[in-house]
Amino acid sequence: MSDNETTDDATGSDEATGSDEPTFEAAEYADGTITYPPHTVSPNGAERVGTVDLRAYEGRVLTWTTSTATPPGVREPNTLAIVEFDMGEEYDGPAVRALGQIAEREDGSGETFDVEIGDHVEPVYADELREPGAGIREPESQEWDGFRFRPVE
Amino acid sequence: MERVAIIGASMTPFGQRDAWVRELLAEAGAAALDDAGIDGDDLDHLYVSNMASGEFEGQTGVPNALAHDLAAQPAYTARIDQTSSSGGAGVYAAWQSVASGASDLTMLVGGEKMTHRTTAEATDVIASLTHPVEYKQGVTLPSFAGLTARLYLDEYDAPRESLGKVAVKNHANGVDNPHAQFRKEVDLDTVLDSPIVADPLRLYDFCPITDGSAALVFCPESVAEEYVPEGEYAVVSGIGGATDTHVVHERADPTTMGGVADSSDIAYEMAGIGPDDVDVAELHDMFTILEFLQSEDLGFFEKGEGWKAVEEGVTDRDGDLPINTSGGLKSKGHPLGASGVAQVYEIFEQVTGNAGPRQVEADTGLACNVGGFGNCVTTTILEGSQ
Repeated sequence: MSDNETTDDATGSDEATGSDEPTFEAAEYADGTITYPPHTVSPNGAERVGTVDLRAYEGRVLTWTTSTATPPGVREPNTLAIVEFDMGEEYDGPAVRALGQIAEREDGSGETFDVEIGDHVEPVYADELREPGAGIREPESQEWDGFRFRPVE
Repeated sequence: MERVAIIGASMTPFGQRDAWVRELLAEAGAAALDDAGIDGDDLDHLYVSNMASGEFEGQTGVPNALAHDLAAQPAYTARIDQTSSSGGAGVYAAWQSVASGASDLTMLVGGEKMTHRTTAEATDVIASLTHPVEYKQGVTLPSFAGLTARLYLDEYDAPRESLGKVAVKNHANGVDNPHAQFRKEVDLDTVLDSPIVADPLRLYDFCPITDGSAALVFCPESVAEEYVPEGEYAVVSGIGGATDTHVVHERADPTTMGGVADSSDIAYEMAGIGPDDVDVAELHDMFTILEFLQSEDLGFFEKGEGWKAVEEGVTDRDGDLPINTSGGLKSKGHPLGASGVAQVYEIFEQVTGNAGPRQVEADTGLACNVGGFGNCVTTTILEGSQ
């Protein structure tokens, strides 16, 4: 994973370097496993040793849905996918996946891309995925930016 | 460890109620005390299963409020919140209080008041259980159901219609439940033509938003007949609780509910039985897909075969393994903290022979209460006393 680590300090609380855009940060642990989102320890209890930027890996749609009944501050409809990353042949830990919105088309239609199970997708950064404070969660308690996914031609 | 009996049970009508949470809890609590033939001040412990009374209506401290309303002081009280499985977790706490010898008489009351909120607001209160990386994407519990249903149908080559048949079956069962929110049959075309909520799932694949309450009274089995005659009480022969990952996409197989499998393993071992010994079951059909997943992970059917059992009528009221004779959350309604208690209420009615037109032949029944999207689960097994 060394090509993709941003740091390997033991706290894992590192920041992206050499890029204006935030990284798609997953955690790497002493037992070699990787998780998104990062946790205090790995599924086997191993300590964190660094981070991995998931932008460097190919992702495929495991499944998707379009939700038409969305909570306050969330776009409607909201197409979501679970994306599984190909972490390479040497990686033998649990599957690395992320839940994310499907990105909107760039033709100004306001519609999201169509996706199907198995489609190859890539992350696209969004500075606000839902409106902070519109829902029940305290706006200061978490981040609201992150990554959507769009199909790779 | 004491064997624990249930000697009284009640539930309020589920649906859109004028009553607020404190009143709903008192209504079910008073009825259960009456059913067991005891007074509030006979109770050593009083538990309230409730997910979010503070968030829904700004009323906290509900166990103390209930104790006062039922004159149960100085009973020890506690609120049990485990999201949608608060009811099952309450059953566990109440069982534990008696099994350990800490209490000789415990009442559990589960309840939730939700319908004064819009669907969007109620959905957001429930979705607040998710991890920040899930919540910021606007995920809802129905979205998890849509994601999982698509994967299940694809992986096991199941027809979309099979999910609709869960709704048809449970609505048919709900017709005979006087406490159910919906007491009307629906046909498959109505389910399949209803508006999309989380593709491929539609409106009739989802439970409604509901107000309601349910209650159970527990004591040591050794003294149960001091309260009610033999046959009128049930024994908690097995109970288990377990958790799965908080982040849903981190599960090895998203179509498997590990918490269901783990909690039921514990419950089966305690009861000394296996899935084949269960005569009737109440499963957490908050979404139709959940009935397939639970029926498989409880060991009733092979993985990927749960949909076939519904297609073949095995889980109908007159089938080999009736599932959700109460109408399930689907037609009975889902007042979050009450649901797990109401599931055990239905099994109690079945194994004591008091289920009226819903009665099936049952000595042993199982209730599986699921919180989040399988995040935390309680499985309870009851046996009749005759």
